[in-house]
Amino acid sequence: MAQAIERFVPDGATVALGTALEPLIPFAAGHEIIRQSRRDLELVGPISDALFDQLIGAGCVRRVTAAWVGNVSEGLGHCYRRATEQGVPRAIEVHDHSNFSISLALWAAAWNSPYIPTRTLLGSDILTTNPNLTIDGDLVRVHAIRPDVAIVHVQRCDAEGHAHAWGPMGITEEAGLAAARVIITCEELVDASSLLKHPNRILFPETKVAAVVHEPGGAHPSPVQGFFQRDHGFFRDYASASRTREGFEAWLKRWVLDIPDRSTYLSRIDIEALRIRDG
Amino acid sequence: MGDPYTPQELMVAVASREIRDGDLVFVGMRLPILAYAVARNSHAPAARGLFEVGLMRDKPATGFLGTMGDPPNVTGALWATRMSNAMALMAQGEVDLGFIGGAEVDRFGNLNTSYIGDPHRPTVKLPGSGGGADIAILSRRWVTLMSHERRRLVDRVSFITSPGYGDGSPGWRKRSGLLGGGPVAIITTLGVLRFPEGGGEAYLETVHPGHSVDEVREMTGWDLKVAAHVSETSAPTDAELAAIRRFDPEGFWTVTKA
Repeated sequence: MAQAIERFVPDGATVALGTALEPLIPFAAGHEIIRQSRRDLELVGPISDALFDQLIGAGCVRRVTAAWVGNVSEGLGHCYRRATEQGVPRAIEVHDHSNFSISLALWAAAWNSPYIPTRTLLGSDILTTNPNLTIDGDLVRVHAIRPDVAIVHVQRCDAEGHAHAWGPMGITEEAGLAAARVIITCEELVDASSLLKHPNRILFPETKVAAVVHEPGGAHPSPVQGFFQRDHGFFRDYASASRTREGFEAWLKRWVLDIPDRSTYLSRIDIEALRIRDG
Repeated sequence: MGDPYTPQELMVAVASREIRDGDLVFVGMRLPILAYAVARNSHAPAARGLFEVGLMRDKPATGFLGTMGDPPNVTGALWATRMSNAMALMAQGEVDLGFIGGAEVDRFGNLNTSYIGDPHRPTVKLPGSGGGADIAILSRRWVTLMSHERRRLVDRVSFITSPGYGDGSPGWRKRSGLLGGGPVAIITTLGVLRFPEGGGEAYLETVHPGHSVDEVREMTGWDLKVAAHVSETSAPTDAELAAIRRFDPEGFWTVTKA
């Protein structure tokens, strides 16, 4: 993981994360970005359940391009609020989207089209705060967003990047196709033959995938269909800890900065209690 | 009847009654997930739910849902797909009813979930649209649920994230190119505000048991119009309460935390 982040997520990069919405959020990769003190990132995603909030609070972010940033079961994102309202730990720029428009922006980039016209967002003031949404007659032009890298957590992958993911996929496909390259983190690293038996289910062409990281439990506390339930209590504890800047810093130290890797992290939670046993 | 219930349980029951049998419902988060489950178990057994994460289902999930993307909502789904496919159906006018949460709503049903104060230097940065703006613009009709406070029910929102009837002038939505019909109701902790056929300004339709018209008007940030005959909101039935408690056994969504 450390190598993948070091090589493919430089300072200033545009990074798509959490593209399946609530499930399959690559928390382990996000925490490694924080440990490596990346700076000036642009984060791209639909809704972000706590991970964007953590990266913002850790000072890694210069701009957020998203439809929603917070904590899905608990509400507001406290680090996001501090950054936008008080510039703490640093001021960030926000490019507002809706869920539909962020998907269209990524499809536009995936198809190498400058924009996609749509009827959504007509009448919304989001059009006044995001320079990448413009009005053309009675349609909205959603301008393309091309991430430098998309980080995607999946259930199964082989060493060449042939991935199978299941459950709802959100904007994962367009994010991966739009991005210059994809980092896959996976629950199971398996042999190519079992995956290529079902080529319709391969998520991305192997030419897009720059790195594959075997990282079981790498999406905790978000759910992974067939593997783990969502850890609602962990999200609740993060929301209450991050209410103050000091509380957030203590949380970050305990769960990210003082932890060398994901296996150490997993040894500090009861991951077995979340495991799905009946597939 | 007669079992005590929480304000959230009443809101869920009232929201479920907005779902008509056979509706394709864009379900959203929190209380509407429960409202969908209640409706399916009572008057709308042929309704289908569509979730922007990329799911369609008929039967409600059997396990507790903290989010729409939780594994119990995927098990037994009719379709697990990408978000743009769910949005495609809504863009085609196939979604009959959507639910949207809001921080602020105004007399014309416009929702703000983005900024309180100047967007460049906000007093409060709210999480944003999510799929809210898309639902407000594209679904055939929609409903919002909100805690009834003067700071939330305001004369005009300062930022329209999800448009209702805009400036309230007749035909605003059509003139602005919005496909769907707009909001039909605001369900609050005190009562139900309804919009006239064809849109416009919200008026008080029913008041929840234990509350008065005066109290509702006092807690509303504009001079709220009142229906000629305001009735009392029907309390949740035993069947509705049983369904709510089955899908939210620990009161995660329906019991106010101290």
